[in-house]
Amino acid sequence: MTHTNEKSQTMADATEADILLDVAGLNGWYGESHVLHDVALNVHKGEVVTLLGRNGAGKTTTLKAIMGLLKPRKGSIRFNGTQLIDLPARTIARMGMGYVPDDRGIFGSLSVLENLLLPPKVADGGFELSEIYELFPNIEERLTSYGNRLSGGEQQMLSIARILRTGARLILMDEPTEGLAPVIIHQIGHTVRRLKQAGFTILLVEQNFRFAREMADRHYIVQEGRIIDEFHKDEVAANLEKIQCYLGI
Amino acid sequence: MTKHAETSNPAQAQGQSSERHRTSRHHWVAFGLIASFVIIAPQFLYPIFVMKLLCFALFAMAFNLMLGFGGLLSFGHAAFFGGAAYAAGHAAKVWGWPPELALIFAVAVAIVLGAVFGFLAIKSRGIYFAMITLAFAQMAYFYALQSPFTGGEDGLQSIPRNALFGLVDMSDDGVFYWMVATIFFGGIIFIYRVIHSPFGEVLKGIRENEKRMISLGYQVQRYKFITFIISAAVSGLAGGTKALVFHLASLVDVHWTMSGEVVLMTLIGGMGTIFGPIVGAAVIVAMQNYLADLGSLVLIVQGLVFIVCVLAFREGIVGVLAKLLKTRL
Amino acid sequence: MMELLGISVQALLGQVLLGLINGSFYAVLSLGLAVIFGLLNIINFAHGALYMMGAFVAWMLLTYVGMPFWVALVVSPLIVGGIGMIIERTMLRPLHDLDHLYSLLLTFGLTLVIVGLFQNFYGVSGKPYPIPAALTGAVNLGFMFLPIYRGFIIAMAVIICFATWFLIERTRLGSYLRAATENPEMVSAFGINVPLLVTLTYGFGVALAAFAGVLAAPIYSVNPVMGNDIIIVVFAVIVIGGMGSILGAILGGFSLGLVEGLTKVFYPEASTTTIFIIMALVLLLKPSGIFGREV
Repeated sequence: MTHTNEKSQTMADATEADILLDVAGLNGWYGESHVLHDVALNVHKGEVVTLLGRNGAGKTTTLKAIMGLLKPRKGSIRFNGTQLIDLPARTIARMGMGYVPDDRGIFGSLSVLENLLLPPKVADGGFELSEIYELFPNIEERLTSYGNRLSGGEQQMLSIARILRTGARLILMDEPTEGLAPVIIHQIGHTVRRLKQAGFTILLVEQNFRFAREMADRHYIVQEGRIIDEFHKDEVAANLEKIQCYLGI
Repeated sequence: MTKHAETSNPAQAQGQSSERHRTSRHHWVAFGLIASFVIIAPQFLYPIFVMKLLCFALFAMAFNLMLGFGGLLSFGHAAFFGGAAYAAGHAAKVWGWPPELALIFAVAVAIVLGAVFGFLAIKSRGIYFAMITLAFAQMAYFYALQSPFTGGEDGLQSIPRNALFGLVDMSDDGVFYWMVATIFFGGIIFIYRVIHSPFGEVLKGIRENEKRMISLGYQVQRYKFITFIISAAVSGLAGGTKALVFHLASLVDVHWTMSGEVVLMTLIGGMGTIFGPIVGAAVIVAMQNYLADLGSLVLIVQGLVFIVCVLAFREGIVGVLAKLLKTRL
Repeated sequence: MMELLGISVQALLGQVLLGLINGSFYAVLSLGLAVIFGLLNIINFAHGALYMMGAFVAWMLLTYVGMPFWVALVVSPLIVGGIGMIIERTMLRPLHDLDHLYSLLLTFGLTLVIVGLFQNFYGVSGKPYPIPAALTGAVNLGFMFLPIYRGFIIAMAVIICFATWFLIERTRLGSYLRAATENPEMVSAFGINVPLLVTLTYGFGVALAAFAGVLAAPIYSVNPVMGNDIIIVVFAVIVIGGMGSILGAILGGFSLGLVEGLTKVFYPEASTTTIFIIMALVLLLKPSGIFGREV
């Protein structure tokens, strides 16, 4: 454990000013059940950081806690220096955090266009509709279809697209590749890389390690609601067996 | 309400068994208190007042079988209460039947109404169920308003209490009181037995987790339907008795405000408790009696009681008592 | 004089008109209930009492402040809608996470309080409210005389129903409402204040009821119990139309009013129960209502 702390310390010294999201001592509960135990992680501006772990490890729960959708929670969540721990989700969203949930959250009774336009703009610099159509041409084709008529891949694209319009700079993405065909996964990977180039910061939850490996700058391993290890992308090859063991693959 | 799991640990089993004994003791005490009250009350309260109380207590207990144990809020129980009142009145006045037969007829009418309404309403759940029962009861109300059998706005008046079994004169309130008391006791013991029977256990299971009961193979709709009919029948018994007590069956008995009142009685006494409805009925009937001169104020007070109970006092009087004594009442 | 099935065309059209007028009230009231139920998932039992309040506030504004009908048509819904928002914020929001039956019970209690209060101060007899001068008289349509105010009621009901439908189905605000009905958590995660949306929606539904009340004031006597029996019919209408369905409420309201009116021509005794019988039939065939979402 000390090994990891030293590593984080070195990296932290180098880019202290660039930390966009800083989580420390985060504890969370589903009702009476204590599900998150002293979770600590950070994300630097422009990074893609993943939360890896087995099913039920607490990855989605961690994202929800950061987004303000898990109550009760205690600890510290700093976003751009501001403490989020007592704030409701709607305020957190307005501060520039976007959420792409694992069930995609597409409103079936609304049209694709309505879905796309629904999230209000929270900052300048969001994508224009024309840019979104360029990135996701199949959305433009399906504007009048209802949300529940879209395929899984189309829903996933829409779910990401509508966040891009808002100007949110930190995107929480929960298992974007789950249940999708390899072709679509490839498209999503391409999208995530484009976003990274554009300077977006992404905290990504993934079970698909191959996908995560290609995208991420750093990986955290989550187990039973705790962060148990951390790897920089350069360390992955050397620790492959260990990581695979963590993930049970 | 926690379901006690069966255990093979003898010490635990001992503990559970003694808890059941404790609860049983409390219930014996409760019945004892009720019996004492019923016996002593006519000495210092008007028999008519106590009889009214007993009728509504029975009505509320019948209603609670649906709500507290079945988890189904019916807003149309006035149809059974009032419908049976008219039936009993008609049998006694127009056909000259003795009270026991008039009441049997009243219960029969309530059962038929219960079967018809229940069959259609059971298809829905929750709020839909409440609204549908309300609408059906309103149909019954309009029928009562227009039908030649019911006397319309005037109601069915001067209902006689013919001789019991053709032999015992019932016209004296003091004498009739004992018949009502017997009916009341019979009724609440019957409901108590239903609640504590295997049937009752299934019902509680349905209330707590309907999907689970379905997956366990129980015919949930059938259980709900039977409960509806039992509830309607006993409500009818209460309504028919009430008609004989007051010599009157009127539109008030079938109006939705009557349905609302029985909900209030159950709520204030404690939904899902066994004895709560009796206490709730006592409170509401007494309150109506003392506030009778204040006209619309009764409505306001009842409404406020509803609101306060829902916001802050959902367990009801008996519910709070049961929590204090750590038992089931 | 023409006759149709033994009834004069005059009488038939008279009943059709009456049916449309009743239908107008059913439609506007059902619409309010449907909007509230759609988002909040509660049956606002107090809807009838708030309709009555809308009428009474209009009467009070006229009597105490001399406010004319046209202004009251806007002010009364605003006042009653505001009261509705206070009710939602203070009494309904705490019950939000509980079984929805508690909300039904609470609004039932509210009904008793509201009706009781008005009854206490104003008795049961009706208060007169004059038809506004510009709308008095009748228009000769050739086959019948149409009282202008009654035509106005129908027109206003159609306009307000269409406007509400448009607001909910075709605007951005409406999309927030529809989205929040489907997945309120997601809508919060986008930055929208969902609790505020809920409060405003309840207020809007209540304002619709009050609006119907103001429309009703000149032709029905303004009395504390005027909402008591209409609320049950409106419940049946939304069960038939489908509980959360805007379209079901509007179409159901108008058509059921019409059906009720026609029944009165041919079989007067059954007219009050027609709607309930239709409800029973719909329950047998499609329990979620004609336009309802499957339960």
